Amino acid sequence: MEILNLEGTEDTPKIMLDKGNGIFEISGRSLPEDTAEFYQPILEWIEGYAQSPNDKTEFIFKLEYFNTASSKLILDVLSALEDIDGTSVLWYFHEDDEDMEEAGEEFSELVEIPFEFKTY
Amino acid sequence: MKYIYDLHKTMLANNLILIYEGEFTQEITKSVLAMAERNMDSMGEESNIKRKVFNVMVECLQNIVKHSDEVDDHDSDQPSAIFMIGKSSGNYIITTGNPIKNENVDKVKGRLDKINGLDKDGLKQLYKEIIKGTEISEKGGAGLGFVDMARKSGNSLDYSFEQMNDKYSFFSLKSTVTGQV
Repeated sequence: MEILNLEGTEDTPKIMLDKGNGIFEISGRSLPEDTAEFYQPILEWIEGYAQSPNDKTEFIFKLEYFNTASSKLILDVLSALEDIDGTSVLWYFHEDDEDMEEAGEEFSELVEIPFEFKTY
Repeated sequence: MKYIYDLHKTMLANNLILIYEGEFTQEITKSVLAMAERNMDSMGEESNIKRKVFNVMVECLQNIVKHSDEVDDHDSDQPSAIFMIGKSSGNYIITTGNPIKNENVDKVKGRLDKINGLDKDGLKQLYKEIIKGTEISEKGGAGLGFVDMARKSGNSLDYSFEQMNDKYSFFSLKSTVTGQV
């Protein structure tokens, strides 16, 4: 399966989706002009991956900031992952960033995926 | 030329750090954010306060980009609006002003009143309700901007509507991020 690798910019996150090496990560800042357009290839990649996923999928979110339009798309990503067996989420937040910690907790309450929280 | 000195004095008197008036686009949004961030860095602001201010600024600016209504006699296709950030007694005051259609005033007012009537837990519930139920609108919003501004700032959202003419009203919105005591 093809690797989806997008460099982060000042308003879009870095994306690394690599089935072969078992790396699934969204990190950085997410406030794109057109959120739905930016997340479309990510959602499509996950849809393809769901056809024959690895035994375990540890999806990493290491976001510094995301806007409200992105939060809706992050929930769409999580919902797509929900149907894949063996999926877990590793939610990173900066140690003094309570809002990012709380955001992760809220997402964990909205989907049926085990979340683990870590500071960086 | 006296208006220059007057504007300068007004900015100082109102503790304004940055004013931007004009067209709002994603590029302008990024520039304004970068300027405000540098400003807070140079003042040695705490990182959690900086994040909250950044958060509220993004929602304010993107609200204008997405929702400001086009005034017909304006000769540009981008909304003209104003954005200001000030610091007073340690608190950051983030204000925006933009024209909206008179017919939309009650809807916007209703949403703000609802949000201002909720406490921390109420806002969290409303956020979860909206995010579960919503699709991204044609304009690219999730309908979460005001709720998020109220949550992140921890303060209610002050607003006013000044009728401009029979079609438009000028919508002013102010949020306050409480600084370090």
